[in-house]
Amino acid sequence: MSNHEVDLFDIAHKEREEQSAFRRTVLCCGSTACLSGGAQAAMDAIQGVVTEKGMAQDVRVVATGCMGLCSRGPLVKVRTRGEEDVLYADVDAGTGRRIAEEHLGAGKPVEEAQLSLQHPFFARQVRVVLENMGEIDPNRIEDYIAHGGYRALRDAVTTMTPAGVVGVVQRSGLRGRGGGGYPAGSKWALLAKATSDQKSIIANGDEGDPGAYMDRTVMEDDPHRVLEGMAIAAFATGAVKGYIYVRAEYPVAVRRLEQAIRQAKRHKLLGKNIFGGEFSFDVEIRIGAGAFVCGEETALMASIMGQRGTPVLRPPYPTERGLWGHPSMINNVETLANVPTILRRGADWFADIGTETSRGTKVFALAGKLQNTGLIEVPMGITLREIIEEIGGGVPGGKTFKAAQTGGPSGGCIPVKHIDTPMDYDSLMALGSIMGSGGLIVMDDDVAMPEVARFFMRFCMDESCGKCLPCRAGTNEMHELLEALIGGRGTAATLVRLETLCDVVRTNSLCGLGQTAPNPVLSTLHYFRSEYEALLVPEGAHLAGLPGAHGAPGAPGAPGAAGASGQAAGERSA
Amino acid sequence: MSVLPTPGAGAPRPPRSPERPADDPRVALLTTQLKKVRYRADALIDVLHAVQDIYGYLSPDVLTTVADALELPPSRVQGVATFYHLFSFEPRGDHICTVCTGTACFVKGADALLEGVTDTFGVPKGGTKEDRSLSLLEARCIGSCGLAPAALVDGVIVAKATPERLVEALRTALATAPAAADAAEATDADGGAA
Repeated sequence: MSNHEVDLFDIAHKEREEQSAFRRTVLCCGSTACLSGGAQAAMDAIQGVVTEKGMAQDVRVVATGCMGLCSRGPLVKVRTRGEEDVLYADVDAGTGRRIAEEHLGAGKPVEEAQLSLQHPFFARQVRVVLENMGEIDPNRIEDYIAHGGYRALRDAVTTMTPAGVVGVVQRSGLRGRGGGGYPAGSKWALLAKATSDQKSIIANGDEGDPGAYMDRTVMEDDPHRVLEGMAIAAFATGAVKGYIYVRAEYPVAVRRLEQAIRQAKRHKLLGKNIFGGEFSFDVEIRIGAGAFVCGEETALMASIMGQRGTPVLRPPYPTERGLWGHPSMINNVETLANVPTILRRGADWFADIGTETSRGTKVFALAGKLQNTGLIEVPMGITLREIIEEIGGGVPGGKTFKAAQTGGPSGGCIPVKHIDTPMDYDSLMALGSIMGSGGLIVMDDDVAMPEVARFFMRFCMDESCGKCLPCRAGTNEMHELLEALIGGRGTAATLVRLETLCDVVRTNSLCGLGQTAPNPVLSTLHYFRSEYEALLVPEGAHLAGLPGAHGAPGAPGAPGAAGASGQAAGERSA
Repeated sequence: MSVLPTPGAGAPRPPRSPERPADDPRVALLTTQLKKVRYRADALIDVLHAVQDIYGYLSPDVLTTVADALELPPSRVQGVATFYHLFSFEPRGDHICTVCTGTACFVKGADALLEGVTDTFGVPKGGTKEDRSLSLLEARCIGSCGLAPAALVDGVIVAKATPERLVEALRTALATAPAAADAAEATDADGGAA
């Protein structure tokens, strides 16, 4: 056992020694967003000058994961021994060369390209899940270990009992980050209680909500954190097998995870007799094929087993009967990514962050009509206003904030009058939205709410798996009614019908997809009813000139005009 | 035919009836993939991904071969293949334009991007141009919301796109040779440090 401990310590020590031999480190954001903005060219330029001027002994250039502020990428951070970090934004090849020559070479930072790290975008964040982002090279397990990685797993396996680990997670108050907010510790306890030698852990990386990319970033940029979280969960619950279910739309995440699994196996951090004890655990990747419903637990398991991703009724819950009939537990990627830090720093430390019922932090993908967009991690309970005005820098172009959408197709819109709402599970629920997986999309006056509702309804209609009637037919019908309204063919009766149908679909659908599909309609109707009412035409007028009954395709709808009227109504309601 | 085999039980065995001539290199690629998953029925989705990578789409012939190899009823293979959006049953164009229609992109004007491409190139939304030069697809969300509106041209992101810039990127792509099947790889900067 002690051999293994020394092993981990050695790797960390050696890596830190190697890294500290360089006086300067240039951390270049190498995530998808920055790469598409030309990060590779910037990094090549920096590396070129470093080599050319013989600074290679002194300067280390590393491609890291996401630094968060995607709208100002490519981002480059220069770290010098004994000095404050300097961050550069919008770095192209030319700026890269200047940074290398002036800052790295002559020790004079390039002031005009700098972005203060005191900028509220960074200063207001608290990083738990994202603590390694922009700090480590996601391709190297040594870098993860040097930053404290796998220490929590080692301590759990060598010094704690499984029940003790479950207890820590329970005390931390960690709740599921995939949307539902079920207490993670309780779920772990359920699986721990199940008797079977074939238990499995599933990391849900089927991040299907449009507008969310937190899990992708964690899987791509800190893959070992996910593996460590899974291994700790397996130790705590007695699971022997792990699956990571990743969307096929995330090929980089798949490759990074595959590589991470190979590295972890080589270091005996996965596989048989981990840290020399009885505990053995293996992880396999399963790739989705484009089906939103597979985010639902039972559908996800069907997909892992190579079947159509259609959900089944619960109970029995997966912790009783999961993959191939054996007890299984599904945790969201972000939930698992919290675990190593919780174990390392203690349940109390974690529980001190956030609010009474929502402990810890939440990662949000901040997008839409904002000055600063990107990936942020904030303590639960921060207000929407702080996120939008301080971190997000407000709505650009002289427009005004109208609503923020959370929870994707299962969530709702939060209007400006609730901008001081704290972001936690319960407050969002009370407003008719949900925390969801963390997509936060900001809309300004240009966006017409009935069109937002139609957008999500079309999504749910396309993604309904078709197994149960309320969802299959209901989403279709609701979409048609929204089409009629927006196309200027809806009467007061259409609106009544839409509301009735929302209720039917919500209460009668088999799984979460159908049960929550009406949420975007209900929440926009609740807060922006006048926009819908402005679209209504008098009874009878909607039939004029139409060959058939309601909703006939090809009717004289004018989306542009509808958008304009919606906008006008929005101004009235604001 | 009526009995579903238990997943994970498939022993290594060659496909019962190879439908394609043995000199088609694609058959060898598919066989390699089947061996890699040890002909396990629960690896069906992985195998279908491989088929699409190798052949570009799922043809009835190849689906039959897959059913045979995994000892699954053809109806089950067909059922799974048609359930998931990413599988295509028709050959795609030489170049592929994917417009993200996620929420952030929707808010920032993904519709205008789609319109720009359909109007300029006469390719139908979600379809392929008659001469098979170009396919226009919609993606649910490519997870690049900070760059909205975003589109992919042969797997390479066009960030904060405008219809004009997207059309220009497509013109450039169309003027070059057909995209490699795995153009998406180009967006990755993995040094392969493993």
